[in-house]
Amino acid sequence: MTDLPTSPFPALLVGLPILVATLSLFFRPRGKAVVGLMGCLLTGGLGLIALVEVMQQGTVIHILGGWDPPLGILLRMDSLAAVFIGMTAVVGVFISLYAWWFFRAREATNGGFPLFWPLWLFLWAGLNGLFLSNDLFNLFVTIEVIGMSAVALAVLSGKTAAQIAGLRYLLAAITGSMAYLFGVALIYGSTGTLDLGLLRQVLEPGATTTFALLVITLGLMIKMAGFPFHFWLPPAHSSALAPVSALLSALVVKGAFYILLRLWMEVFGVSITFSAGQLIGLAGAIAVIWGSWQAFMQTSLKLIVAHSSVAQLGYLLMIFPLLILAPGVAAGSADWLSPAWTAGVYQVMAHAFAKASFFLSAGIIIMALGHDHKGSLRDLASRMPMTVMAIGIAGVSLIGLPPSGGFFAKWMLLKGIFLSGQWWWAPVVLAGSFLTAGYVFMLLRLAFATAREKEPFRPVPKGLEVCALLLALGSFLIVLPAEYLIQFLESSEAFGSGIQSIMEGGTYGND
Amino acid sequence: METYQIYILTSAVLFVIGMGGVFMARHFIKKIIATIIMGGGVFLCFVSFAQRDALTFADPVPHALVITGIVVAVASAAFALALARRIYQLTGEESFTNDK
Repeated sequence: MTDLPTSPFPALLVGLPILVATLSLFFRPRGKAVVGLMGCLLTGGLGLIALVEVMQQGTVIHILGGWDPPLGILLRMDSLAAVFIGMTAVVGVFISLYAWWFFRAREATNGGFPLFWPLWLFLWAGLNGLFLSNDLFNLFVTIEVIGMSAVALAVLSGKTAAQIAGLRYLLAAITGSMAYLFGVALIYGSTGTLDLGLLRQVLEPGATTTFALLVITLGLMIKMAGFPFHFWLPPAHSSALAPVSALLSALVVKGAFYILLRLWMEVFGVSITFSAGQLIGLAGAIAVIWGSWQAFMQTSLKLIVAHSSVAQLGYLLMIFPLLILAPGVAAGSADWLSPAWTAGVYQVMAHAFAKASFFLSAGIIIMALGHDHKGSLRDLASRMPMTVMAIGIAGVSLIGLPPSGGFFAKWMLLKGIFLSGQWWWAPVVLAGSFLTAGYVFMLLRLAFATAREKEPFRPVPKGLEVCALLLALGSFLIVLPAEYLIQFLESSEAFGSGIQSIMEGGTYGND
Repeated sequence: METYQIYILTSAVLFVIGMGGVFMARHFIKKIIATIIMGGGVFLCFVSFAQRDALTFADPVPHALVITGIVVAVASAAFALALARRIYQLTGEESFTNDK
């Protein structure tokens, strides 16, 4: 493990945002925004440089303070982590730029929310730390950093609805992390180590491991709003300020998914059964249908987008059943593993870009009209063509129409489903797409309809519209380097691997 | 049954009580207390593993982890209490009106 090339980037990616966030607290409100934006641009740049570094050098590590792993903390950046960090960097920079103009435009009326900047930088540090962590407890600390700053951001607007949604979010987050920590305690108790690489070698199947896996999965499902623990997500995401909604939806929930994926694929292989995968896939499938249907029934734009997040996260859970091989199937003959992994990674990226753009567009519309009832979208196309275009493009990616990133993800998912012979997931993917098409086209139809009465309309800074549009375009552009990206990802140990599920009957209580 | 096993069973019971409380209790403060009970269970479980190997000294790692965990739990409980108080000041409500 320690013979890998060392690089300062993993430490900088976590340290720099924390440093800038703390520094910015000493500035006046206006200065906070300037320092914060600079910090965001720096962190984003650093993320991209680190991605290039990993592309050239392969997996890099950083040993904090020179203390070797059993005692110290090791940060490890493989290609999977690098891709997630790069995605966070690109999406994060655009949202930061948007936030800069967004808060500047509102400064006169409500002070411009200067605390957004340090909180967002703490959140960013947490996300980077999560992608780089290599032991169970470090992961706990980073999800706590993410959870606390995410809730603080969600209640930033100070509105009553946001506070109530924020408390619900916070309670769900605490419950989730305590369940996760309980699992960590059991794992430490039975193995005496927390290092992911070491755990994979020493973890033995048995009742303790199975129970630990169960509570850890439960905790992470609560954190990533997987069905049936999705209840906190729509109110929290829809009542937050526009840049915050975009951050929460595009990046924060992906953190828990990343841990879940890493732990299932890299650590807990010994105690995962075929039916466990089917169960988590079922939760995902229900989320896809339920979330899309709820989105279709909502009347305000931000609630539509928030419910659509529940559905899009469901697709992520649906890759799990494909990654777990039925007893008797050799990993070498399972040609659906690579498509399923590709589907997962691309769904994360396509959703991050498209959903960020969608929420930012919703923020623009609220700023222009003062509210976001969907009826008021009428005639928007003639007044804000750029925003309508952003919604359209992002919507196309969410539906999964070619040639968007969302299409690529869902196509790969379907490919994986058919190659693996688990055909029962296919109708869910298609139905989800149809329902998504339903609400996206409903919004677009309204945008192009003629208005009955002219509503008061305030002009919006052009920079906001450009950010939203560029993010929407990003959800298409990510398809271009697909082949190169998959090749790069295959250098990660986890990517393309499957879990050899253990035989029926030997699952529980064999110790 | 060894001492640490009794502790671990207790911790599991505490955890389940807390988990149930978070979902079933209606009052904000009860929900927050439930998360603290949950945390108590988890920390007890961690610490009880420290003496498991019948060493002459206790394993220091769980203690270090529990300290971190307690700090996190205190901070999140304080944050939740602050939010609950704010909601009470704004609306006079003490529980989620439309649960789920």
